[in-house]
Amino acid sequence: MYATNYHRASSVEEAVGLASEDAKYLAGGQTLIPTMKQRLAAPSDLIDLRHVAAMQGIKVEGDKVRIGAAVTHAEVAASAAVRGVCAALCDLAAHIGDPHVRHMGTIGGSIANNDPAADYPAALLALKADIITNNRRIGADEFFAGMFETALDEGELVTAVELTAPAKAGYAKFRNPASRYALTGVFVARLGDGSVRVAVTGAGSDGVFRQSEMEAALASNFSADALSGISVDPSNLMADLHATAEYRANLVKVMAKRALIAAG
Amino acid sequence: MASVSMTVNGKAVSGQCEDRTLLVQFIRENLNLTGTHVGCDTSQCGACVVHVDGKAVKSCTMLAVQANGSEVLTIEGLASGGELHPVQAAFKAHHGLQCGFCTPGMIMAATDMIKRHGGKLDEKTVRDELDGNICRCTGYHNIVKAILAAAEEMGSTRQAAE
Repeated sequence: MYATNYHRASSVEEAVGLASEDAKYLAGGQTLIPTMKQRLAAPSDLIDLRHVAAMQGIKVEGDKVRIGAAVTHAEVAASAAVRGVCAALCDLAAHIGDPHVRHMGTIGGSIANNDPAADYPAALLALKADIITNNRRIGADEFFAGMFETALDEGELVTAVELTAPAKAGYAKFRNPASRYALTGVFVARLGDGSVRVAVTGAGSDGVFRQSEMEAALASNFSADALSGISVDPSNLMADLHATAEYRANLVKVMAKRALIAAG
Repeated sequence: MASVSMTVNGKAVSGQCEDRTLLVQFIRENLNLTGTHVGCDTSQCGACVVHVDGKAVKSCTMLAVQANGSEVLTIEGLASGGELHPVQAAFKAHHGLQCGFCTPGMIMAATDMIKRHGGKLDEKTVRDELDGNICRCTGYHNIVKAILAAAEEMGSTRQAAE
């Protein structure tokens, strides 16, 4: 790891004030620190967010859910309040990485990094969540802008995620057995207004995306049967040493069906 | 350079290190507690697992400065009064190790999972919970046996105490 300067922020304002072109926010660090160890990242300064009180805590009021950006995967997985309104989100959080990673990794860190195989982007896109930053509210459709790309401006800080509990939701992923990342993961949701959203992670060559053909098929029949006639086009899917685009295309359908079964 | 103070295995410690110093380096090189191991360079193997503020974390994936002010428990802090911790004793009794390199991390992961799950551990849960710890000798069978035995013993001790 190259030398860096550590700062511990105690408020959102302090964190944003410390930001600069060569600095990086440090949330749980479960991606950033390994990346720095490999010398693939060399930020001049690290701004630790784990002690910012305003970014902590989960609040569920009726069907409104607010999760602070510094909330860990373990906290979401164990939250009875979140489980009461959207169990799929808890189940997703419970299968990110491994237990030790889940004690450190945060929802804000995950979505700000927008790894094309991360789990949370699929959930937030399918649940039509809003991403709250230090100066605005960004809809998930706009926020996830491509592979490792988001709508965040330079120095802009994710402080929380807000969403409305869905009528039904489910998530299924085919895990890469070594990295625990999604080789393909699909989050299905029927929102309170009856609309259906299907978001796919791990498979798209440009990061998380919505599967509109499945959304149309599920609008009138929200069950695995409704997908039997659909074949997923592999042309915009990722291919690497782990899986071909065609294999991922098949996985999108299989994981969508499993997610629908999980949604009940 | 940063000044770092923390409580390690119940004792207040402090030292100077670079901001980029990993917690595991600080534990091994500044405090000379070499029971915590480094088995990989990629945050995958779990040989470096310690508890920070009561939670199992990979000390190779956290900076020492991030743990400034925290309570840290390493493998050296588990046994008390010359008696092995029940998880350590179970690993010995059930042959839960061969070369022993992964064992400190395995035991710190096991004590964390037993604490979180109480007496409700079953084999599948133990295997799932070991996702972050790699052993290249045992095939995991005896590690799982040891953790289940320790969980049962700790559960019955807890009941007896109540």
